[in-house]
Amino acid sequence: MVMISKIKVTIDGKTIEVDKGKTVLQAANAVGVRIPTLCHDPRLEPFAACRVCMVEIERGKSTALITSCNTEATDGMVIRTDSEKVLKTRKMILELILSDHPKDCMTCEKCGSCSLQNLAYEHGIRESQFFEEPDGGIVEDSNPVIQQDTSKCILCGRCVRICAEVQQDYAIDFKNRGFKTETGTPFGMPRRDTTCVLCGQCVSTCPVGSLVEKQAVGKGRGWDFRQVKTTCAYCGVGCTMYLNVKENQVVKVTSKPGSIPNDGNLCVKGRFGFDFIHHPERLKQPLIKKNGKFEEATWDEALNLVATKLGEIKAKYGPDHIGVMSSSRCTNEENYLAMKFARATIGTNNVDQCART
Amino acid sequence: MSFGSGSMTNSISEIKDCKLIFLIGGNPTDAHPIIGLEMKKALKNGCTFIVADPRRIWFAQHARLYLPVIPGSDNWLLNAMAHVIIAEGLENKEFIKTRTEGFEELKEFVKDITPERAAEFTGIPAEDIRQAARLYATSEKSAIYYTLGITEHTCGTDNVRTIANLALLTGHIGKSSTGVNPIRGQNNVQGATDMCLPNKLPGYQDPSDPAVVEKFEKTWGVTLPKTPGDTASTMFERMYKNQFKAFYVIGEDPVISEPNQDYTIKGIKNLEFLVVQDIFMSETARYADVILPATSFAEKDGTFTNTERRVQRVRKAINPVGNTRPDWQITAELSTRMGYKMDYPSPKEIFDEIASLTPMLAGINYERIEHNGIQWPCPDTKHPGTKFLHEGKFPRGLGKFFVLPYRPPAESPDKEYPLLLTTGRTLYHYNAGTMTRRSEGIIHKTNDCFVEVNQADATELGIFDGEMISVITRRGQITARAEVSEKVKKGVIWIPMHFAESAANKLTKDAYDDVTQTAEYKVCSAKLEKIGT
Ligand code: SF4
Ligand code: SF4
Ligand code: SF4
Ligand code: FES
Repeated sequence: MVMISKIKVTIDGKTIEVDKGKTVLQAANAVGVRIPTLCHDPRLEPFAACRVCMVEIERGKSTALITSCNTEATDGMVIRTDSEKVLKTRKMILELILSDHPKDCMTCEKCGSCSLQNLAYEHGIRESQFFEEPDGGIVEDSNPVIQQDTSKCILCGRCVRICAEVQQDYAIDFKNRGFKTETGTPFGMPRRDTTCVLCGQCVSTCPVGSLVEKQAVGKGRGWDFRQVKTTCAYCGVGCTMYLNVKENQVVKVTSKPGSIPNDGNLCVKGRFGFDFIHHPERLKQPLIKKNGKFEEATWDEALNLVATKLGEIKAKYGPDHIGVMSSSRCTNEENYLAMKFARATIGTNNVDQCART
Repeated sequence: MSFGSGSMTNSISEIKDCKLIFLIGGNPTDAHPIIGLEMKKALKNGCTFIVADPRRIWFAQHARLYLPVIPGSDNWLLNAMAHVIIAEGLENKEFIKTRTEGFEELKEFVKDITPERAAEFTGIPAEDIRQAARLYATSEKSAIYYTLGITEHTCGTDNVRTIANLALLTGHIGKSSTGVNPIRGQNNVQGATDMCLPNKLPGYQDPSDPAVVEKFEKTWGVTLPKTPGDTASTMFERMYKNQFKAFYVIGEDPVISEPNQDYTIKGIKNLEFLVVQDIFMSETARYADVILPATSFAEKDGTFTNTERRVQRVRKAINPVGNTRPDWQITAELSTRMGYKMDYPSPKEIFDEIASLTPMLAGINYERIEHNGIQWPCPDTKHPGTKFLHEGKFPRGLGKFFVLPYRPPAESPDKEYPLLLTTGRTLYHYNAGTMTRRSEGIIHKTNDCFVEVNQADATELGIFDGEMISVITRRGQITARAEVSEKVKKGVIWIPMHFAESAANKLTKDAYDDVTQTAEYKVCSAKLEKIGT
């Protein structure tokens, strides 16, 4: 074991012990003090672009404002997260950000789950004293899963950084200058013609409505969804994810940093490969083949037929002429039952699953 | 097995701290993207990569050492690495003495497997093989990762054991970020194997152990069948020979996923009765007598076990679509109608029964995995689960070295079929593609069958990038779009396995690995022809 040395810091009047090497933000979070952030994502290197995580620290006789997400906590540090100076500055920073952000929350997909909207609400900001006309708008991109509206971008860089640091795909970056700065693919190329793998990691980290799941557009907002935690059904990694459900429909898939084993990351299959669930070609009724053609049947008819037929075959040829094949798509419980069905119900060890990989 | 268990020895969270990763026959960025991300983290942290693969995959481009090995020749590479480790005195003598057996035999055997000889078979320069062995042996935390590329061969089990030899030689096992890790392909293949094997009872319990049998017989209230069971491949063989009458297929599409399609279809047609339980009309379902419509994972409760042995919850998010039912319910109903009552209110009770019968899962229940999954083995409800395996001891006692000479693939290139065909997964699809091909976002990136061809081979045959060409083997022919590049090694062609209409498995062989009966999807010989010539 490597021993991590501890240091003492005082946050809002409370003195606590934290591991050396933590940022002020991490130290505060560790004791349940919330500091608002916009450009921070625990999976990414600190970037200190948005400045809303500003806190006040004592420095000799005076005090200084520092960004908590990229400043290391040091022994004896005295930190205030809620002083008047902090609140006033934070409010001004938010107003600056809002000066280049459209105020159309009423039609925004992120309404209710947008970090900027929440902060504006908390700080009672209705108008920005700096208001400019935001430019940009919805980017034309033929891809069916990611929609970008550059007018809403707050230049936090989370999308760019997750694509570079975590995905290491480098498909998007900052471009232009000043008020015209935005993020996106080189020369606005469609995503399919870039190195983009459509993982949607950029969407999942965007704190505002600039990057959203295209398939969910118009289908509901945060408060409309029931989020059901489950495990991805595609590959052996078994990522934890949330199915966002509205009226018995899975509308989108989301994830949360900190989840095991994927820390909120998902790939294109897990995040966007869910539309098979509601695909019109789903089998919806038991089918029995009669004269070479499938005909719909009730569960009773179908199950009775299978039970009778398997029973007859078992009686005539013995159980070892019957086999059961289960699947890696089924749950453990279902695989267990398939196995039990073969051994206890039929009386054969002929049971396997397709995938040995 | 070499250690006595065939699962990932380490956890996904340990990947980022590896000092060296030897990736052989696996393409995590595509097949297991989130493991790919963890490996990218390791790369950022300065981890050294050695990549052995006939394709220049993402990690090959970022590796310290890239070994473009000829498909089917991994055995030479691995044994030659063992040769170098022993010849240069890089083995972990203490570990070999206290924790392994069979070292002398291996030493004797690999004496003649020099890197120079291996170079001839693998196409890899002897110096690179030496370098790989040195790097692997001397790094502080070396882990081996492998997937399909290694297991889907007639000599697949040999390869797995030859890999294990390297870990045993160097003691790179039984520690955090240090071990031997097969990455399981499909979502619950770990759990399916844990539960459902013809020659084992759940949790790899031995059906010849009277105590085990008694336990199951008592709980189930039946006498267990004694005749050894058939594996999937022997079942298909018996079907083909018309010695099998009925088949109940749950959630699989063997017509697509089993090698040699014609053979599988003939076998299935010979059946008297076929029941298919699935969510879509699959190729196999077309031959069924009865189709039972199942729910998807979003419509049911249960657990999946991931590749790091973590048992995790699957939760019902929506009501069953149409008149479908979850697989567990259908099987239970059917059993009851056949006179053996299966009466479970919900999957939770099924899991409790599993835990009561399976020591490695005994400590797991739904309450404990409500927030996060637990990694087996977990023998009791106080046990936190097991992050990495084989600390201090192997399940079989001592780790065993295996002496495994090279066995050529069942089919090798010849004059008529001069190319080596191998198949694999792409990022955008999942095996037979029944789910992913019905997903808009995924179709957007790739939706047609392609064949990767090396530039030199393409030039020789006059094939252009993007041209539709025929891929022909002794078993069949398909049409695919040529993707000409330097990605795949000269003399090798590569096809993704997801496309029903082109059915890569029409082309592959149905030779089986003797021990696990994994079909040889990976290598067979082939030729390319321009269409209309
Ligand atoms: S979808 Fe993934 S690869 Fe594409 S831009 Fe976003 S983060 Fe990058
Ligand atoms: S698109 Fe979203 S994540 Fe990217 S910089 Fe703009 S606001 Fe941040
Ligand atoms: S999200 Fe991607 S990596 Fe994760 S389990 Fe699903 S398919 Fe695998
Ligand atoms: S969160 Fe610290 S500057 Fe943005």
